[in-house]
Amino acid sequence: MIGAVRYVSRRGFEWIERPFDRLFGPALNPIAQLGALGFFFFWIVAVSGIYLFVFFDTGIERAFESVEYLTHDHRFHAGVMRSFHRYASDLLVVMLATHMLREFAYDRYRGARWFSWLTGVPIVWLLYASGITGYWLVWDKLAQYVALTSSELLDWLPIFGEPIARNFIATGTLTSRFFSLMVFMHVAVPLFLLFAMWIHILRISRPRMNPPRTLAVLSLLALLAVSLWKPALSQGHVDLARAPATVGLDWFYLPLYPLTSLWSNGAVWAMLGALSLMLALMPWLPPLRRARPATVDLAHCNGCARCAEDCPYEAIRMVRRTDALPFPTEAQVNASLCVSCGICVGSCPSSTPYRRSAELKTGIDLPDYSLRELRERVVAAAGTVRGAARILLLACEHGGGAGQVEGVVTVPCVAMAPPSLIDFVLGKGLADGVVVAGCAESACYHRLGVAWTQQRLAGARDPYLRARVPRDRIRMIWTSTLETQRFARELAQFTREVEALGPAMAVRPTAQSSATPGDAPRQPVGAAP
Amino acid sequence: MTNAIRHAGQFAVILLLFSGVAVFANWPVYRQIPLGSAIVVLTFVHGADRKADCRRLGPEEIAKLPPNMRKVQDCPRGRRPIYVELELSGRALFAASLPPTGIAGDGPSRVYQRFAIPAGSYDVVARMRDTARAQGFDHQRAERVTLVVDQMFVVDFRSESGEFVFR
Repeated sequence: MIGAVRYVSRRGFEWIERPFDRLFGPALNPIAQLGALGFFFFWIVAVSGIYLFVFFDTGIERAFESVEYLTHDHRFHAGVMRSFHRYASDLLVVMLATHMLREFAYDRYRGARWFSWLTGVPIVWLLYASGITGYWLVWDKLAQYVALTSSELLDWLPIFGEPIARNFIATGTLTSRFFSLMVFMHVAVPLFLLFAMWIHILRISRPRMNPPRTLAVLSLLALLAVSLWKPALSQGHVDLARAPATVGLDWFYLPLYPLTSLWSNGAVWAMLGALSLMLALMPWLPPLRRARPATVDLAHCNGCARCAEDCPYEAIRMVRRTDALPFPTEAQVNASLCVSCGICVGSCPSSTPYRRSAELKTGIDLPDYSLRELRERVVAAAGTVRGAARILLLACEHGGGAGQVEGVVTVPCVAMAPPSLIDFVLGKGLADGVVVAGCAESACYHRLGVAWTQQRLAGARDPYLRARVPRDRIRMIWTSTLETQRFARELAQFTREVEALGPAMAVRPTAQSSATPGDAPRQPVGAAP
Repeated sequence: MTNAIRHAGQFAVILLLFSGVAVFANWPVYRQIPLGSAIVVLTFVHGADRKADCRRLGPEEIAKLPPNMRKVQDCPRGRRPIYVELELSGRALFAASLPPTGIAGDGPSRVYQRFAIPAGSYDVVARMRDTARAQGFDHQRAERVTLVVDQMFVVDFRSESGEFVFR
């Protein structure tokens, strides 16, 4: 059931995201920057909130007037800041909800990712608490509605001696101290929220906390335009003798408040509790079946730290050497964080299929999908490709290329394949061209696999693809599983290009290598046998 | 130029999304009570009498107590529940026995109930029993009240003066 929902959600996201990819480009696609945009809007809310506090009066009689004053008498700075504060808060809710839904859709909340998911649940509560306390401060009719409904909800809990709601039923029952308390809450809760956001990203390597500058500038401009077009306004002064019968609700922060009129407060609490519990337990409903974590072979590890650098999950750290080899450090894998993506295998300088040890070994490897097995699969797959241009696919199991049937080697992440593997395939004439087929560029399942592969093949990141490898025989295709047609189109185009280049020359014959017999070099067309 | 057009398109999409957020930030409006209604709130915090009167302890009972906790009277902490009724023109709006709060049952009883009522004139009667009596009421107030649309009419009880307050 959950799997079906996830599948449909993923299809939905892919259907929406790809047009965004085309307009914004993968680097600027806002749907791929939800977490970073969340942080960005948080800071806008924080800065605008500090600015508004300069004008705000915490007196019971002066709170509403001070908000009106800053909104109307100082419209073009404080008024705009109020709209920034309001709409950025709403956008924060939108980012949070979409972010959660997207991580669920792409199945990036189970396994080693449970920590980020679980720590995201308190963030939802803290965000709502921050927003709702803010609405009280304006002290307009909406504030009265929020105050009454919130306190009635809280009064259901057997915590408070006297019903809090009694404070909001008659004039004179409320003092200015109440506003001081609410200001304190509206400052303190967001601080806890920020702390929770920090914990949320603790286990993530290279978390994106800032959106790309262009996206940030465009978002700020759009926020300014919306603030001028539809400034955030109050809804009339509180009158405790009259019920706030009709209010313009903020449907992002207060969507559950109308439920209190339909259900009992106990039922609303039960629903919130059940929803929170379900969210918290989702990483284990059901748990992700995980391949065995990567293991370090100290005999082949020189402590270069590239695996620790490239791991997207902070699962590898460098520790003091425990053997007699003359290196200061060695890699150590935290099994509870490792998702067996294989990116570390691709980053290890020992991971070269040319190695002539009796059994191909590397410094760090996956027990269930070793480098040796990868090389064997590559050689076997290369033996099956036919045609004028023999194309071998190194395909990510989460991307559009995974569905191919011929000449494909599927890997957990394309970054598992070291650049030397491509060198090996082309250098030995196992294929005439190599396609590296990964996830959609803005939706890499293992976060950094696309980026690392691009940088390695471009010679911008260790381990580099050697200069001798002909770049015109390599193509990277980044597609989601939905983009089968685009994948087929790009593959066909590349096949034509390789066909025009002619067959790859086996410059490094396999005779002395440890590869299987299936990887016999192909003689160039017209060459003497 | 192409880049400028591209950025313009990106800006337009972001603006559209943000505008949607701004619209739903206070629309559609929500009406919490039916048109032409008022709200009646019954709320008070009041402690009823103790369940039992204080009892003078005998010399043996006092001797059994620790030396630093000896006293001549035993006064049970627990309070009685309060029985309260609210009627509008003969129709019972609320009638309940309110237990005392607190783990030992020695805190005041409390109530907060909200009712949406069509606006109009009503005979409002509030009654309370907070002593050991089984019949009748210790406190009562009756008044003809006209509720206007959206009015918040509060029925409160002042423990100090022992009387209901309508406001």
